[in-house]
Amino acid sequence: MELHAQNITVLRGEDVIIEDLSLSVTRGRAIVLRGANGAGKSTLLRALAGLLPLAGGTLTHHDHTGEFADIPLEHLCHYLGTDNAMKPAMTVAENLTFWRGFDGRPHLHVDEALDMVGLDGLQAVPFAHLSTGQRRRIAICRLLVSYRPVWLLDEPTSGLDAASERQFNDLMAAHLEDDGLIIAATHVPLDLADAQTVVIGDEPYDVDGSA
Amino acid sequence: MSALLLRDLRLALRAGGGAATVLLFYLAVVVAMPFAIGPNAQLLATVGGATLWIGALLASLLGLERLFQADREDGSLDAMLVARVPLALQVFTKGLAHWLVTGLPLALVCPLFALFLNLDGTTTLATMATLFVGTPALSFMGAAGSALTVSLPRGGLLLSVLVLPLCIPVLIFGVGAVRAATTEPDPFLPPFLLVSAISLFFAVLGPFAGALALRQGRE
Repeated sequence: MELHAQNITVLRGEDVIIEDLSLSVTRGRAIVLRGANGAGKSTLLRALAGLLPLAGGTLTHHDHTGEFADIPLEHLCHYLGTDNAMKPAMTVAENLTFWRGFDGRPHLHVDEALDMVGLDGLQAVPFAHLSTGQRRRIAICRLLVSYRPVWLLDEPTSGLDAASERQFNDLMAAHLEDDGLIIAATHVPLDLADAQTVVIGDEPYDVDGSA
Repeated sequence: MSALLLRDLRLALRAGGGAATVLLFYLAVVVAMPFAIGPNAQLLATVGGATLWIGALLASLLGLERLFQADREDGSLDAMLVARVPLALQVFTKGLAHWLVTGLPLALVCPLFALFLNLDGTTTLATMATLFVGTPALSFMGAAGSALTVSLPRGGLLLSVLVLPLCIPVLIFGVGAVRAATTEPDPFLPPFLLVSAISLFFAVLGPFAGALALRQGRE
C-alpha cells in the first residue's frame, strides 16, 4: 500500500505548526522525521494518525492488492506515542491481550511478541512493576500483537538501551519486509535500509548530528 | 467491545479501582442523613427514599471523572480514537462498565441501607427498582460529560456541575415513583416507566454526545 500526504497544514490552536507539507511512502519503505524540538514532528505524526484534524491538504492511501483500499486510514495505523498506552494495574499479558482483541487483525500471540522483544516470562507481572525500558518494549509489543500496515512512531526508542534499540531495528526491518510502512520521529539514527529523511521546520538541522 | 468492557470491569474491581469506595461513600451519605434530620422515625421513613436517591446520585458521580481521564493520561485514548470499534460504542461500553460497578451495586445494597432509614418493605422495593432502572441514565449521561471534560484540569468539578442539572428529571421521577408506591391514589407505574424511558434515551444519546466530544477534543 501507499500513503500520500499532499500539502497538508496542521494547526495547534491558532498556531500553524505544519504548513504545506507533502510526503509519500510506499510499502516496504520508511520515513524518518527529523527536526529540532518543537518543530512539529509529533504534531505531524498525530495528524497522520487522524488524532489531529487537518486544516488543509489531503491524506490518501492506495492499495493495489485491494486488501486495505476501503478501510479508513486511521484504522490502518498503529500510533506509538510518547505514552505507552498500558494500564499499570493490569499485568503485561492482560494489557497485551486487551490490545490484541481491541485493535483487530490479531497477529502474533502475546507470548511470541514478548519473546520478540526479549521479555518472555514477564506475562504475569503488573505493568507498574516494570522499568522504563521494559515498559517501552511492552508498548512496542502492541505493534506486534495486531497487524496494521502503517506504523507511526514518536520517539520509539526513548528509554531503550543499545541492545533493545538494535532489537527494535530488527523488528522494524521485519515489518518493512512484511510490506509495512513506517514513519518515525526520532533523534537516534535508525539503521533502516532505504529510509528517507524528512526534515521538519524552518530551523537548520544537521541530519547527521543534533540540531 | 467485550474486551473493553472486561478491561474496565477488571480495573474497577482491582485495588484502587474505586468500586468499593463508591459503596462506602454511599453508606456515609445515607448514615449521615439521620444525624442531620434527627431521630424522628416517622420523618426518616418519609424522606428515606429521597435520601437513598440523593446518595446514589452523588456516589455515581465519583467514578465519572476518571472514566476517560485515566485513558488519556496513559495514552490509551489515542489508540482508542483510531480503533476500528466505533467511538460511540466505546463510550457506551465504558458507560455500561461504570453502571455495572456503580449503579448496579448501589441498587443491590439499597435494601440493606434502607434499614438505617426505617423504611418499610414496599418503599424499599420501590426504591431498589427505581434505582435499578434510573442509574443507567446517570452513567451514560456522565460518560458524555466525562468525555467533554477529559482534557480539563480539575475537570471533575465541572463535570459534576454539568451532569447534576441533567440528572434532575431522573431524580424527580425516581423519587416520585417511590412516593407513589406508598401513597394510595398515585399510580407507581407511570413515573417508573418515565425513569426507564429517560435511561434508554440517555443510553442512546450519551454515547453519541460523548464520541462527538472526544473527536472535538483531539489535540
